[in-house]
Amino acid sequence: MADTITKSVSLRYSPELVDAPIIYHLVRDYHLIPNIIRASISPNKEGYTLLSLTGAEEDFRKAIVYLQGLNMVVEQLADKVSWDELRCTQCGACTAVCPSGALSVQRPEMTIRFDGTKCVVCHMCIEACPVDAVKLDF
Amino acid sequence: MAGKTYEEINAKIRRGEAVVVTANEVIDIARDIGVKKAAEKIDVVTTGTFGIMCSSGAFLNFWHTKPKMKMQHIWLDDVPAYGGVAAVDCYLGATELPAGDPGNAHYPGHFRHGGGHVIEALVAGRPVHLRADAYGTDCYPRRSYEQTLTLADIRQAFLFSPRNCYQNYNVATNCSDRTVYTYMGVLKPHMGNVHYSSAGQLSPLLNDPYYRTIGIGTHIFLGGGEGFVAWPGTQHAPDDPRNARGIPLGGAGTLAVIGDLKQMDARFVRGVSLTGYGVSLMIGIGIPIPILDEEALYYTTVTDVEISAPLCDYGPDGYPTGEPCTLGYVTMAELKSGEIEFEGRRIRTAPLSSYSKAVEIAETLKGWIAAGRFTLGQPSRLLPTDEKFSGGCA
Repeated sequence: MADTITKSVSLRYSPELVDAPIIYHLVRDYHLIPNIIRASISPNKEGYTLLSLTGAEEDFRKAIVYLQGLNMVVEQLADKVSWDELRCTQCGACTAVCPSGALSVQRPEMTIRFDGTKCVVCHMCIEACPVDAVKLDF
Repeated sequence: MAGKTYEEINAKIRRGEAVVVTANEVIDIARDIGVKKAAEKIDVVTTGTFGIMCSSGAFLNFWHTKPKMKMQHIWLDDVPAYGGVAAVDCYLGATELPAGDPGNAHYPGHFRHGGGHVIEALVAGRPVHLRADAYGTDCYPRRSYEQTLTLADIRQAFLFSPRNCYQNYNVATNCSDRTVYTYMGVLKPHMGNVHYSSAGQLSPLLNDPYYRTIGIGTHIFLGGGEGFVAWPGTQHAPDDPRNARGIPLGGAGTLAVIGDLKQMDARFVRGVSLTGYGVSLMIGIGIPIPILDEEALYYTTVTDVEISAPLCDYGPDGYPTGEPCTLGYVTMAELKSGEIEFEGRRIRTAPLSSYSKAVEIAETLKGWIAAGRFTLGQPSRLLPTDEKFSGGCA
């Protein structure tokens, strides 16, 4: 399949969608192969899922329209995050939200380290960084 | 020991003979030789902190245009500055947003630009666009003005922050079911993370908890340049409860600080964007503590284990309500370890203030003093320690 793509997507949704069999529909109706990287879901609570989807580009596009139609906040993620060491103030605001340990505090000196090989491009650090030191490379 | 005076210490500084150590270094020294000997040997202990400090801003004077103008509304890179001071003076506040910023209309807002960023741009020497309008008077007829300028083109520019350098501060978590976007950062639901903002044992007001040496006129490191303590900061609350070491269990002391923007270094003056909250300014402050006596030295030996801060719920039922929201107390040592234990759970912690920059500031100040280029300022009034401050909206 020449047009097969893999893209990462983050989904945020309200409690009423937590019980919906969304992954099932992505597989059955859109023929996508999901790989869940991170999920935080509990009944009657806000849900967050970070997953990569592999399949035909056309199917992927339709699936995004389907998810948006469910009133989910759908964000397609960039392929790579870059960290600007010079812009970084070495605070650490990114480190507690980073799910993979790509951004971490080196102790005892309390400096920030970025390991791109561990990064799952979830965008959490982009929201958390106060000085715009982490950026998306498209 | 017989006490030392400011004059004696300053004379040693000028001769290049002063013994200066950081608030980290003094801990080991006092452990090795004892507080008494350490107090005799050491003249100055330097402290440092680098973090987001709201209630920051700068006064700017543009000097008079031809023809003259009484600027009524002023914008710098589209961020409004308050011009109701005089004809060509204004105050640019760190948390001001540009006109037309969507705020949280698309929640959470990004807040990429604001007063703090303009202050950073000025300090970095980058060009900033000034725009002003006026209604015109007989003595000040001009109605509008636009000019791209840099800090060098501004006649006077000084940072004057009504409240910086909190002595201690809340530690934030979120007990609710949804992510909250706060001035303490992005807090995940169900106590998913814990954020704190303090340099702990290196923090200025934790090394002189009863302000025995800090007051109006104290000479400080401010944003990479030299500044002064101008006044007790707004919300100064010295009567907060304290532990046996004198360390307050809440925010307690604050400082109003002043310093020449033209001397500052943009590495220590940074505009910040807090997702879902707004903009502010990160600033570096370092205060030298003169070792006037044994007691002064004793207070500088405080360690992270002895510093506790209140863990507060910043979820919708906690901090925003204005009701008490303290869940318990955690030590700076636990917070710095990267994990705290609370009610049987281990929760990841992250700092919003930069400890490595705080170290750099304390080291820089130590270097300045040791080289004889920075002397102590004897306060003409110490900060109040026992005043009850009252008043406030309900």
